[in-house]
Amino acid sequence: MRYAMAIDTKKCVGCSDCVVACQTENDVPIGYCRDWVVEVTNGTYPQLEIEIRSERCNQCSNAPCVRCCPTGASHIADGGIVLVTENKCIGCGACINSCPYDARYSHPDGYVDKCTFCIQRIRKGLEPACVATCPTKCMYFGDLDDPNSPVSKMLKIRKYTTLIPEAGTEPQLYFLM
Amino acid sequence: MREEIIVSGRANPYIDPHLNIWHWQIPLYLFLGGLAAGILFFAGMYTIMGKEKAYSTAVSKAPLIVPFLLILGLIALFLDLKHKLYFWRLYTTIRIESPMSWGAWVLMLVTPLSFIWAAIKVREVFPRWDWKFDVLKNLETFFMKHKLILAWIMVVSSVILGVYTGILFSAFNARPLWNTSILGPLFLASGLSAGAAMIMLLSKDHAERTLFAKIDIGIIAVEMFLIVHMFMGFLASTQVQIDAAGLFLGGPYTASFWIFVVILGMIVPVILEVLELRKYKIPVVIPALLVLFGSLMMRFLIAFAGQESRWLY
Repeated sequence: MRYAMAIDTKKCVGCSDCVVACQTENDVPIGYCRDWVVEVTNGTYPQLEIEIRSERCNQCSNAPCVRCCPTGASHIADGGIVLVTENKCIGCGACINSCPYDARYSHPDGYVDKCTFCIQRIRKGLEPACVATCPTKCMYFGDLDDPNSPVSKMLKIRKYTTLIPEAGTEPQLYFLM
Repeated sequence: MREEIIVSGRANPYIDPHLNIWHWQIPLYLFLGGLAAGILFFAGMYTIMGKEKAYSTAVSKAPLIVPFLLILGLIALFLDLKHKLYFWRLYTTIRIESPMSWGAWVLMLVTPLSFIWAAIKVREVFPRWDWKFDVLKNLETFFMKHKLILAWIMVVSSVILGVYTGILFSAFNARPLWNTSILGPLFLASGLSAGAAMIMLLSKDHAERTLFAKIDIGIIAVEMFLIVHMFMGFLASTQVQIDAAGLFLGGPYTASFWIFVVILGMIVPVILEVLELRKYKIPVVIPALLVLFGSLMMRFLIAFAGQESRWLY
């Protein structure tokens, strides 16, 4: 089993509903976020081209944050999801420094927090909150090992890219182009 | 033109607008750890070489401050933790892949070792010191008998500690400025040079001061070579590392790095030490303090600049 997410940059309108859905579902402290929306503008007015990406932890297969964690608090859970065990985390910040995507943050309670693909929802058979709430249905979630999952189907028929694959992290967030 | 912005308003503390999760605590510890490693290395080495009498500052006097340096360093490390009450989790596991786990365990070895070494040397420096209890006196005799073994362990573990202070940074591929294996040897050299400077500072013996001035000049030469080598490596590497090197080659850290670390911390002390060896009267405290200052600044600047260096997007 290998959970992954595909985000259609052609359908995303950058409304940030995914960010709010995540903050609500996961009780993210005020002023923090586990996901965010990036807008890339290419060209000079009036010849402009825009790409919008909803970004979060890439749940890397070769996760540097898991490698550098001195206590084993950062670990890989079922389906390749990278999680932090709160009562094992000492808040040393090594994983925050090790992430090329800046996807982790220091929770005000001291431990390190990040996107979990809403593992509490997945285990109940639901989609992550961001995917479920997206008004343009531009996000696809599922198991890459299952050829019939929404994410596998999209990756089969669309061109896609990942973020900084040259960092060697094997990211599992795919951006459809 | 290409512009990339976060439109959902991300402002995670310590992450945005640029990463600054490690503040003064980590570089201060890296300096203290490196300095402690340097002193212990020379103490161990001159014991093994059988020159304890000739270089008594290096072997006996300077190591007395090492436990204090390490305790200060440990306090700094503890202050850096954001989930402090769980710090003991470091010692419920050994994570081979994690440099920080290595560092925690090496400290667990070096700290008691530095206490034992200081304890068997304290009566040499303070002759009126009395251990009062027989248990302690017996322990002292026991360790005195095995001090050669202690010296060997000290040399090996101090090199690991010295290299570790650099490896901690260089293992982060996400921070291009740190992601060079030169940092291990560079920080070891800087720690050894700081150790030599501290011994010069404490020594009252002319022959010993001359020896450590010579050692210091040699190590600083190695450091300069490693720094040049580091920038050559960056400039011949990928765009992210070219940009990272740019922080020190025209970017915001240029002046502080070249003035404080290279000129004041290396070139000026080397000139002063050479002049001293040529019989000019130079107060030893000036080159020694400059070397210590340069070593401290190097840790701070590389720690802060490294967190600003990042991948392209």
